[in-house]
Amino acid sequence: MLSGGVHSLMADRHIEPDSPELRARWGNFEWTAANAEQAKVIVGRYPEGRQRSAVMPLLDLAQRQVGAEENTQGWLPIPVMEYVAKYLDMPVIRVVEVATFYTMYNIAPIGRFHVQVCGTTPCMLRGSDDIMAACKGKGLKKGHTTADGLFTLTEVECMGNCASAPMVQINDDNYEDLTAADMERILDELAAGKQPKTGTQLPGRHTVEPAGALSNLTAMVDANHDYRGEW
Amino acid sequence: MALQDKDRIFTNVYGFQPWNLKAAQARGDWDNTKALMERGQDAIIEEIKASGLRGRGGAGFPTGMKWSFMPKESKDGRPSFLVINADESEPGSCKDREIIRHDPHKLIEGALVAGYAMRARAAYIYIRGEYIREAETLFAAVQEAYDAGLIGKNACGSGYDFDVFVHRGAGAYICGEETAMIESLEGKKGQPRLKPPFPAGAGLYGCPTTVNNVESIAVAPTILRRGASWFSSFGRDNNKGTKLFQISGHVNRPCVVEEEMSIPFSELIEKHCGGIRGGRDNLLAVIPGGSSVPLVPASEIWDAPMDFDGLKAVGSGLGTAAVIVMDKSTDIVRAIARLSYFYKHESCGQCTPCREGTGWMWRVMERLRTGDADVSEIDMLHNVTKQVEGHTICALGDAAAWPIQGLIKHFRPEIERRIAENVRPELSEAAE
Amino acid sequence: MPKVKVDGVELEVPAGATVLQACELAGKEIPRFCYHERLSIAGNCRMCLVEVKPGPPKPQASCALPASEGQEIRTDSEMVKKAREGVMEFLLINHPLDCPICDQGGECDLQDQSVAYGRGASRYHEHKRAVTEKYMGPLIKTTMTRCIHCTRCVRFSEEVAGVDEIGALYRGETMQISTYLEKAAAHELSANVIDLCPVGALTSAPYAFEARPWELKKTLSIDVSDAVGSNIRLDSRGREVMRILPRVNDDVNEEWLSDRARYVVDGLTRRRLDKPWLRRDGKLVAATWAEAFDAVAKINPGSSVAVVAGDLVDCETMFAAKKLAGALGSTLLEGRQTGLAYDASNLAAVNFNSTLAGIEEADAILIVGSMVRDEAPLLNTRIRKAVKKGAKVFIVGPQWDPTYAATFIGDDLAGLGDLPAAVSDAFSAAQKPAIILGGAALGKGALGEGLAFAEKFNLVRDDWNGFNVVHMAAARMGGLMLGYAQKGGIADLVAAAPKMVISLGADEVDFARFAGSMIVHIGHHGDKAAHAADVILPAAAFSEKDGTYVNTEGRVQYAEQAVFAPGDARQDWTILRAMADALGVSVGFDSFEQLRAAMIAEVPALGVEGLVDYGALPAAPAGAKAEGVIAGYPIKDRYLTNAIARSSPTLQRCSAVLLHGESFAEAAE
Repeated sequence: MLSGGVHSLMADRHIEPDSPELRARWGNFEWTAANAEQAKVIVGRYPEGRQRSAVMPLLDLAQRQVGAEENTQGWLPIPVMEYVAKYLDMPVIRVVEVATFYTMYNIAPIGRFHVQVCGTTPCMLRGSDDIMAACKGKGLKKGHTTADGLFTLTEVECMGNCASAPMVQINDDNYEDLTAADMERILDELAAGKQPKTGTQLPGRHTVEPAGALSNLTAMVDANHDYRGEW
Repeated sequence: MALQDKDRIFTNVYGFQPWNLKAAQARGDWDNTKALMERGQDAIIEEIKASGLRGRGGAGFPTGMKWSFMPKESKDGRPSFLVINADESEPGSCKDREIIRHDPHKLIEGALVAGYAMRARAAYIYIRGEYIREAETLFAAVQEAYDAGLIGKNACGSGYDFDVFVHRGAGAYICGEETAMIESLEGKKGQPRLKPPFPAGAGLYGCPTTVNNVESIAVAPTILRRGASWFSSFGRDNNKGTKLFQISGHVNRPCVVEEEMSIPFSELIEKHCGGIRGGRDNLLAVIPGGSSVPLVPASEIWDAPMDFDGLKAVGSGLGTAAVIVMDKSTDIVRAIARLSYFYKHESCGQCTPCREGTGWMWRVMERLRTGDADVSEIDMLHNVTKQVEGHTICALGDAAAWPIQGLIKHFRPEIERRIAENVRPELSEAAE
Repeated sequence: MPKVKVDGVELEVPAGATVLQACELAGKEIPRFCYHERLSIAGNCRMCLVEVKPGPPKPQASCALPASEGQEIRTDSEMVKKAREGVMEFLLINHPLDCPICDQGGECDLQDQSVAYGRGASRYHEHKRAVTEKYMGPLIKTTMTRCIHCTRCVRFSEEVAGVDEIGALYRGETMQISTYLEKAAAHELSANVIDLCPVGALTSAPYAFEARPWELKKTLSIDVSDAVGSNIRLDSRGREVMRILPRVNDDVNEEWLSDRARYVVDGLTRRRLDKPWLRRDGKLVAATWAEAFDAVAKINPGSSVAVVAGDLVDCETMFAAKKLAGALGSTLLEGRQTGLAYDASNLAAVNFNSTLAGIEEADAILIVGSMVRDEAPLLNTRIRKAVKKGAKVFIVGPQWDPTYAATFIGDDLAGLGDLPAAVSDAFSAAQKPAIILGGAALGKGALGEGLAFAEKFNLVRDDWNGFNVVHMAAARMGGLMLGYAQKGGIADLVAAAPKMVISLGADEVDFARFAGSMIVHIGHHGDKAAHAADVILPAAAFSEKDGTYVNTEGRVQYAEQAVFAPGDARQDWTILRAMADALGVSVGFDSFEQLRAAMIAEVPALGVEGLVDYGALPAAPAGAKAEGVIAGYPIKDRYLTNAIARSSPTLQRCSAVLLHGESFAEAAE
């Protein structure tokens, strides 16, 4: 037991080691035609000579391309980081620094669905323990991918959905106002290849309004209301 | 007197209606923005100053004054930049998300007006990476604005060229700190810079830069349209305007709501949130401004005005107005320990007191949670928080220290009780 | 010049000074780990916190705060004491208590400062962090659990070496310093991070567990592995030099040292010539000194003598040999072993006139035929600084990676006469234009055309001389000053077919060309010359004698003896003195002091430490025209450039691992 040990809430991140297999699989990585276009658009957002600014969006793009190729959420094999470094003409070590600093870059293989349960205090107060337990009940284990490659479970820090807590982000979508039953249903639906309803799971709630007893902006519910006439 | 709907700026905060340009214009956005700009840069800054708007990102620095720090002309050819902080990551905070996904045009119009006022050539909106769908909306809204000629060359027909770019983060709370955000925008790790130099002198790419919160920017066009005196008619002196409050935790109806500054806590909760879960008497404590501010016990928060000064008076702060409510079922030590874990997880690792201190504080907090500690360690922990606070490059160290200090100040007997009742773990726990 | 008060004492500090520098000027010690004068300011260790008014009511990082008029700085207040104790405690909570087995022990900033500023006892009862070691190559031993994340090594690599290969991966308390994929740090200055590391995280792998600092005798010396003349310190114990460290000299090596210079140290005890040898029937056999001098006497060369000086020898040795040859009636002296024959009649034309420090000021630089990183690593860092300040660099010669932005304009010297517009535009506009000619250019006869370039672009102006030659041999400039240059170079010696050739450690000579000569080799390593020699007279390496060296910018520097030569080996001058007796002539000195006095009498500049004034540049020879293609650079293996280096197991290993990609199995520890 070295750092954290029994207290550790989240497995430490580690880069998937370089290996001949990794080189064989990803050594020839290059943008798809569509992503090549997108990469140009992204670099174009930054001033001339500042293309290094694009490293974050390009790592995201690369991760998504890897994900599309292997039908997972996507991750960043070392050769892919090297490709991005070369594309931006920057030292690889600086790319690796970025990839290891920001938590959204997966630096080791990951499953089809990345189940990211928020465990920070606002979600905790609203029952994230139950959500985590529901995931575990379905065979998910923190820091691990299920044997079928379907789910990787991570406890994440505050995702900014505190008024509709507890929540989970799975790949690109949020599921909010969760109960344990909701969580189980969502995992089942995903496993079955269905797309669950995203956003709040609380019946009758739209987004982050006071649920069931709208206290303000009632005129906006049915139609766009222009309040300027009342100024 | 509570805020009326007609005085709410974010009328589509719940997203009952579409976010798109057409709908936004129907709600009054982009209404002759050119005329706002024609008032001139200095007049815009003066109006914002007069409105009493203070930064909505947590520190509460007067927004107009911040804009006025930007150079009026470039002496060396360097352009100026506006960076908009949409890296909303403070536990409890969830307002910028609603602005971006439901009212993005208020933000984009605000970017133009503010950027013009501070003579910036472009705005970069730095949106936290986890706001994936929100970023999709924002990218689309920016494109709508370009297509309509509202931004870009000759924005709104004003003759002023102004670009708006969206930059997605990738999972790092620290990038909400303005200089870390600039580092991140430059393609580096989000490690805060030393100040001086301040961003207004040398920020993004070494150019003069102002970093503003989403809400601070998004309210600017409405303030200009309705006038500084309208905005400053809400809230107490030094605490003016309307504000998006985000109430989470143990209330009957958690929500995000725009209210008048200085609204009493009780009114905010009773009016919009259906009261405390289990009733007022069941309230234990409140973290009134996001995880970084100290908690306030029930007795002190109930009548407190929800504004900068009112919450300072009870030993806490308004922060981002993220109100985390905890009732008596809460394991208060765990609630704070979980925040300690958050700060340990989000420490960038650059400077010593934060890198080493956040881990230490969290580990002691975890032991205090179970009572596996000596009573003297409470004071030691407090001393360690003092050793972190005020000794770091950025404010994350302070933010990590304050919640613990608040806990010890208000709940020391609870911590001592756990220590007293703790069965020595070595007798009960299997060796690992 | 702002006035500030430090602990109540008012003083004026230079404009642009930091609060830390102000405190130092006031004589106050400010503890620090991350701050380093030659690196960018990181401000991350927080050890240098002081109290400053006006300012926020909390301590400020003095390394990063500009000193400004009217500041009241306190380094002795309760707030400062507490801040230091706090930072010290944080640094130590995850630092292992392994000082007894740590090579940094005794010269560790963390140890020293915890004694001075720490609390004395730990309050930390949690588990300590453990961090796995990171492979960084054959020179740097890592113990990353000891790392305090000051990022000096990261900043050095990026800023000074220009090789972005060390980074701080991950974040927060899991932040780890590593090279990319734990590859070896593979540049020529990598081991400087060992000196920079304030703790025992990065230590010297070859030196691991060899000695403790307090056992070592420290001797001031000069590096002989190239012509930069880096100032070094020889740390010795008994008869052995244990390690070589750089000394600070802002004019020369700042405080850096090339890996080659640092790690020749274990070559000093290997393959040594520690007794005389004589060739009998084609085989070398051990001999006594008496037998050796008898053999020399038997050669009886008369005036048919030539002397070839090697790259590593000191001026005194060359002067003594010159006197011996002169007494015998010969002036056949040469030090350019590989055949260079540039005109050495005006030494200003073969000197690095801009000076090493001065080249940082250049705003346009043309490098002709020099792979500077291999030939003069610490010149390259200077050029890199010039580029950072905006200098444009153009290079004639085969491509290499300079670590800075540079434009290669082909490898054909004919291009010098027909410069691309970009080059001529840059040089026309430059305030301080400079040319640097390397050995590969001199070998192609480009010196004259270089002088023509200097005239064309007015490289010599008020307070600026932009004409430079970079040499590779520590002995070169001293040798040229002492007359070790024939018009036709070593070919003149070959043509004279001398009866006796005296080799002063001349290990780069093709002795096949002297097949008819008797070779008397005065040297310290069993290297190339020893294999060709008829008589071997074992001499002293640079660490074993006092000596004068002149670097490529014409800087006279003195080295001191650290240890005694092994076995029967003697200092070179005593050997030459005894040879004079054997050959029946007189050289006019009986002691080193007499020798040095005679040398200074003949070449007064050698008696003055510092830059020699060689006078004005000569006019370019009429019709000077360089031709030919620079096919390659003289140094084929940056680690094995001389006899000592070739004997060094560490440098052999560097060559194998870093240049030839061989992998060594790590010895079990």
